[in-house]
Parts: sequence; structure tokens; C-alpha cells
Amino acid sequence: MTSLLEVTGLKVSFHGTTVVDGVSFTLQRGECLALVGESGSGKSVTTRTLVGLPGYGARVHAERLRFDGTDVTGFTDRTWRRVRGARIGFVLQDAMASLDPLRPVGREIAEPLALHTSMNRAARAARVHELLHSVGVPEPEVRAAQYPHQLSGGLRQRALIASAIACGPELLLADEPTTALDATVALQVLDLLGSLKGNSGGLLIVSHDLAVVARLADRVAVMKNGRIVELGDTEAVLQDPQHPYTKALLAAVPSEHAKGTRLSAVERPAASAPVSVPVPAPAGTPVLTAVELRKSFPGPDGVARIAVEDVSLTLRAGETLGIVGESGSGKSTTARLLLGLETPDAGEVRVDGTPWTALTPEQQRAHRRRLQIVYQDPLSSFDPRYTVDRVIGEALGVAGYPRGTRRRDRTVELLEMVALDAGYLRRRPLELSGGQRQRVAVARALAAEPEVIVCDEPVSALDVSVQAQILDLLADLQARLRVAYLFISHDLGVVYHASDRVLVMRQGRVLESGDVRSVFTDPQHDYTRELLAAIPRLTTRSAQPPTPLGVS
Amino acid sequence: MTTRGATATLLAGHPTLVAIAKRIGVRLLAGVGVLWGAATLSFIALHVTAGDAALSTVAGQGANPTKEVLDQVRRDLGLDQPLYHQYLDYLGRLLHGDLGRSYQQRIAVSQAISEQLGQTVQLAVAAAAVAVLLAIAAAVLTARRRPWRSIASGVELTLSATPTFVIGIVLLIVFSFTLKVLPVSGNDGPRALILPTLTLALPIGAVLAQVLRGELEEVLEQPFILTARSRGMRDTVVRVRHALRHALVQIVTMSGFVVGGLLGGAVITETLFVRQGVGQLMLSAVTTKDIPMVLGLVVFAAFVYVVVNLLVDIAYTVIDPRLVTR
Repeated sequence: MTSLLEVTGLKVSFHGTTVVDGVSFTLQRGECLALVGESGSGKSVTTRTLVGLPGYGARVHAERLRFDGTDVTGFTDRTWRRVRGARIGFVLQDAMASLDPLRPVGREIAEPLALHTSMNRAARAARVHELLHSVGVPEPEVRAAQYPHQLSGGLRQRALIASAIACGPELLLADEPTTALDATVALQVLDLLGSLKGNSGGLLIVSHDLAVVARLADRVAVMKNGRIVELGDTEAVLQDPQHPYTKALLAAVPSEHAKGTRLSAVERPAASAPVSVPVPAPAGTPVLTAVELRKSFPGPDGVARIAVEDVSLTLRAGETLGIVGESGSGKSTTARLLLGLETPDAGEVRVDGTPWTALTPEQQRAHRRRLQIVYQDPLSSFDPRYTVDRVIGEALGVAGYPRGTRRRDRTVELLEMVALDAGYLRRRPLELSGGQRQRVAVARALAAEPEVIVCDEPVSALDVSVQAQILDLLADLQARLRVAYLFISHDLGVVYHASDRVLVMRQGRVLESGDVRSVFTDPQHDYTRELLAAIPRLTTRSAQPPTPLGVS
Repeated sequence: MTTRGATATLLAGHPTLVAIAKRIGVRLLAGVGVLWGAATLSFIALHVTAGDAALSTVAGQGANPTKEVLDQVRRDLGLDQPLYHQYLDYLGRLLHGDLGRSYQQRIAVSQAISEQLGQTVQLAVAAAAVAVLLAIAAAVLTARRRPWRSIASGVELTLSATPTFVIGIVLLIVFSFTLKVLPVSGNDGPRALILPTLTLALPIGAVLAQVLRGELEEVLEQPFILTARSRGMRDTVVRVRHALRHALVQIVTMSGFVVGGLLGGAVITETLFVRQGVGQLMLSAVTTKDIPMVLGLVVFAAFVYVVVNLLVDIAYTVIDPRLVTR
């Protein structure tokens, strides 16, 4: 029997730059293959080439590129169009951007049906409802008429999958299908993809996170710099990785035994024992206290919606307090209240024991300098025309450094603290990688020598390997500067790794709080247990542990 | 009251409709403000600069009316009243839809405008349609397609930088004088409309095409375009079905610019092709200091703007449903 997909020596280049450099693999019917690697490794371009859409200006060459035994290297756009959507389905990441925001999702799902079948309008509508039902979307008739922005992230992704499988394709390509989703939702979407594998023939899933695909994939191909560096059965790759890069990727995933150790392989020879991160001095005096905070916002219909209710917390010098919860749980509002960017309806925030409200605007400004923030996406918090020099220089100016050599020296010093150097001074945000941008954001936060840095989803937009480096950097800086972190994330694995204590939030309330190890090993609340069960784990289906993270 | 009650009940279960109704209500109020502002500003401007309206009313070429005649005219026109009195009087009449009487033509301004309106509306609507269609065709067909992109863009830049009357003269030389296929001037028949329409449409269409292409190229980078293509859709169809609608938001935003271009261009085009129309009316009103006529035309133009902007606002909510529910 012929392989569903046969790729030998695939090369793709853009304007002379080779992005995919001799990739070979096969995919059988009923099989799931995962392409894993960091941004820029060529995995997305490889996937797009498989539907004949490598991108503008791409040059594709392959010794062999066969789909179901047919050579597709000579395909024209016209021949490709008969395959795309009909025999090969394609699911991109982040359905918010991958579904046309101006059309109801039902019409998007019906599109391949209109292109590839002779169904009439009524038959298509009926099929759309069937499809939505089959991907687990409740009330298909209602949902089909809604626009992407009216659906939750999980439902959106399901709708996108429904549009990809509308014509019952033999091959389904999924490029980072769960990256923009909360852990529990991501898990459901992965299970959905897994359930489709049987009837769709083959599944090729692309991700930067080995832990995500481990659950689903039969085989894993690890990509780096346009090449596949390791290819094998999932279990073998996870248990006994051969290539140093695979080992580094595995080590980068925060897991129960990695807490208190470095995640990134940058300063560590491969295969040596885990290196502990420097342990910070025991937590000191409270620097930031919140007492029974409450905040509500008017909804679109004018009725007040409670964003934060009865939230109390204490952050001490040099410690990390994690706040974990899904989108809309009130984490970010809590952070804004703590920073004094919002005024609570009730309750009080104290900085060094003084309530925000008791301060004059002048004093508030002085206090605010001691609280800094690092956002999820530094690109949107930097002026794209500013150089790194100016981004940090501006923060130093606010902190009282006059223009001149002292400021310049301090800027370089800050860059060195975040493991960059003076060579980055002239760069602009778009000329930096995601990890470098986040380092600059940290350097900017450090400019004012703050006591507290609020990290709002600081690693959520990053690849696992880069995430590991940033988490290590934050740990190093804390040990050195005794800065306290308020670490907000929807990712439990990350929070567990980075925090000393943790608050679990849901619907604006704190469900559970305490020492991070005890919350994770002995969760008191059902919701916490649910969250823990959704953490992607570096184990295969056959060896799925029944116990939550931390229990051994 | 009953209708209002009924409307309220109708709207009650529909937050979307309520939101749209609210939007339109606010814009209507703003529109009234704009009209008032336009009327007031032009009233002030004209009374500061216009010279003796009574003289220009009775004075034909070389006439020399007596003081008695002038005084009589002033009384008739209310020009002997204090300025604020004239202003309030003017506003009061405006509220009743009365734009006053033309000094020169001695008919109601509204009548003069409505007599000329048909011709100009024909020209403006034809030109707007041609401009938008040309812009859409140029942008959809050439966005991200070299070398067509550069060629189209060069032509557009040239056209948008060329004054309307130059375009008109060139068209006349080519099609009327040299090829002799189209009439030089006049108002009769669709053939006489072709050259004026092109003259008016080309520079506006060129600017729209530039904006639309830029917008389209940005939209074509979006993941949902890739998704649509991965379903097996033809590139040009993807552009029309998915990308164009996003880019059109930008064109709708520019409809203020389009209306302005059409009104200003109509004056020049109608003069050049010796066509009757509001543009001609405006030109003669300004040159003869026909104050009620100028004021009437300004208020009328402002009214057109307000109506167009209201329609634009409704168009937004139709094109982009996110604006309502967000």
C-alpha cells in the first residue's frame, strides 16, 4: 500500500535564503506525525508546501513529493485547487485570525463544500450543522450564524477544524492548533484532533511544544534550521532522545522534577546533571498587599460585570507569587488594581504599607516606579520606531538618570543583566526575536530598580525553548536583585516552576491559595484538579500517569 | 407615542438593533450641529466680504440705481435690519426648509437647486461609480502581482497629481477633436455624459485605488486568507470574497473625500464641458455675489455631507459586524 504522504529531500527557499533544507519523511494512513521545532525551524513552511502554498516568492524543490502515490511537484495551481480542502484539510493556529472575522463561521465552514461538492445551499447548511455537532460545538444552528469574535477561543478553533474537515479529507494538517488556547481547552481540541485521525486518514501536527504533541503523535520529527534532526516513534524520542537539540527541548518543558533547576541548555553542557537555579534568600517584608479587592466593569448591555471579587494577597520582598487561571478569571484586572492603574470599587492596595489612596498624585508616581510590569507581547508595548537604546533610555530618564554617558553605561549594564550586549542598542523591536524582545522588556522594567515586577503572561507568546531561557533569566535576576514577582499565567506548568506561592483564580475569585508545592500536590478544589489534569506531559498515551503533577 | 412605544418594544429584545439605533441617533444630532455650523460660518463669511448685496441685486451691467431704489431693495430684503436680526431671521427660515430667494434669478433658491440638481446628480453618481469600480478593479487585479502593481501604481500617481481640467482637456483633444467619437459639450444624452464622468472619476479613482491596494496587501497577509486558499479557492476569488470586504472599510471611510472631490470637481467639469448643473450654479452665484444662493448651496452641500456620513456609518456596521457587538 502506498504511503499517504511521501517527502524526500524537500527544499524551500525565499529570495536565496533556504528555509527548508532537505526534509524527508513519510506519513501512513491512520497515522499521526508531529513536526516539532522552534519558530523559524521551517516546520510551518514545510506544512504549507504540502498544500502547494509555500508563500510568496518561494522556490520549492523536492526529489520526491507524493500525496497518495501521485507526484505533486509538477502541480499547477489549478490541479492543487482540486486537492486543497477536498483531500487535504489545513488547520492554522489562532482561529481568531484564521477565520474571516467579517463572515459568520457557518459560511466559512460551507466554503469548501461549495467549492468541491454539488450540494445546494440547504444541503450545505445541514452539513455545516452536522460538522459543528461532530466537532463538539453545542447549538450548531446558533453558532453557525455567529461571527468568530462572538465565540470563545475553544469554539472558534473547533469551527476552524470543522471547515478543514468539511469535505472529509484524507490528510489533515494542523499548524499549532492549540497554541492560543488555555490548557484545559487545548486538551479538548487535541482530543478532538485525535478522534478525527481514524476517519481522516493521516494527521500531521506542527508544534513548538513536544509536550503538547506527545499525547497525540505516533511518531515525532524534530526540526531545527530547516532540517529534521531526529525522527522516531514518540515513545522512543521522549524516553531516549538522541540529538542534543531534542534533549534541550525536552529539558525546557517545566515539569515536576525540574522545579528549582535550570530549564535552558544555554550554559549547561548536554547530559550533565540538572543545574540548580540560585536559591533566593527567604522572603522578607511585605512590599505589596491587597485587602479584599473588588472591581466591576459595565458590560455591553450596561449591567455591571464583576471582574474581581474579594481578592486579598501579600507579596513579600524577593518572592514570587503566582496567579493562575483561565482567560477572564480576573488575573489581569487584579494586576492592574495592584499597579494602581485601576481604582478598586472596594478594598485597598498597600505599597510598603501605605494605601494607594492615601498618596498624592506626586507620591503615587514615585511609588509606581517601584512597581514595574512585563507584558505577554512586548512588541505592542514598544514603539516600533524606537531603538533598544531609546526604549531603555526612556525608562532610565523616568528613573532620574540624566541624558549622557551615565545613562548610556547603565543601559548597557541593564542589557548585560538580561544576557544581551551593547550590540543590540541600535536594533528596533521588529529586528529582535520574541525572546530578545522579552529580555529588553525585562531590562526596561529593571531600569527603575523596582521592588516588584508584575509579569503578565511573560512567556505565553514564546516557544518552549525560549520560555525556558526567560524563566531562567527571571530566576537569576530575583536571586541577584531580591525583586519580587507577581507571576500571572494560564499555564500551570510555568507557574509551578516559577512561583513560591500561588493563587488559583476563577471568575474573579480566589479559589485556592498557598505554597505552590502543596497546592499542586494536594489541590483542595475540583477546578484546580481539572487544571492540573490539563497540563501537557512528556509522556505518551500508553504511559499516561494517572496522578497530577507533583505527586510521586 | 404609540409608534415610539412600538419601536421601543421592537428594539427591546435586540441589543444589536438598540446599539445601531443609538449610533444613528447620536450621528443625527451631530449632523444637525454640522448644518448649523455650516450655515453660521458661511453667513458670517459672506457678510464680512460680500460688499453691497442690494447693489449687486439691482445692478445690471453699468446700471446706476438711485439711493431710493437701493433703500427700497434693502428694506425688501431685510438688509436694513441689524446683523443678528438678519441671522436669526435666516436661521428661522432655514428651520422651515426655506433657503431664501435668489437675488439674481429671482426664484426660490431651493427651486434653483432642484432644477439643476438632476444633471449634477447624474454626473456625480456616474463618476463615483466609475471611480470606485476602476479602483476596485485596479487594486484587486494588481495587489501583490508584479510587475502590474508598479505599472498601475505609476498611472494612478500621475492621474491623482494631474488637475481635473487638464485631464478634461486631454480627454477632449483625444476623443472629441481627434477621434471625433464623443461630443464636446452639452447635456443631452448618455454620450455627452461619458467624458465629463471620466474627467471627474479618474483622479478620484486613482487615489482610491492607491489606498485600496495598500489595504488589500495588508489583508492578504492575514492567516484567514491562507485558510481560504487552503480550502481550494482561486486566488482572485479569495481577493474578492475575503480580502476586498476588509479593504472596503477604508474606501467607505474615504467617502467624505470622494463627495468633496465630486462637488469641487463638478464645478470645474461642468464649466469645462459647458454643462448645466449645481456646479455651474455655484460658480455664477459666487461671481455675482448672490448671497442667498451661495448660502443655500453651502447648506445644501453640508446636508449632502451629513447624509453621506450617516450612510457611511450604517455601512460600517453592515460591513463589519464587530463594531456593533464589541
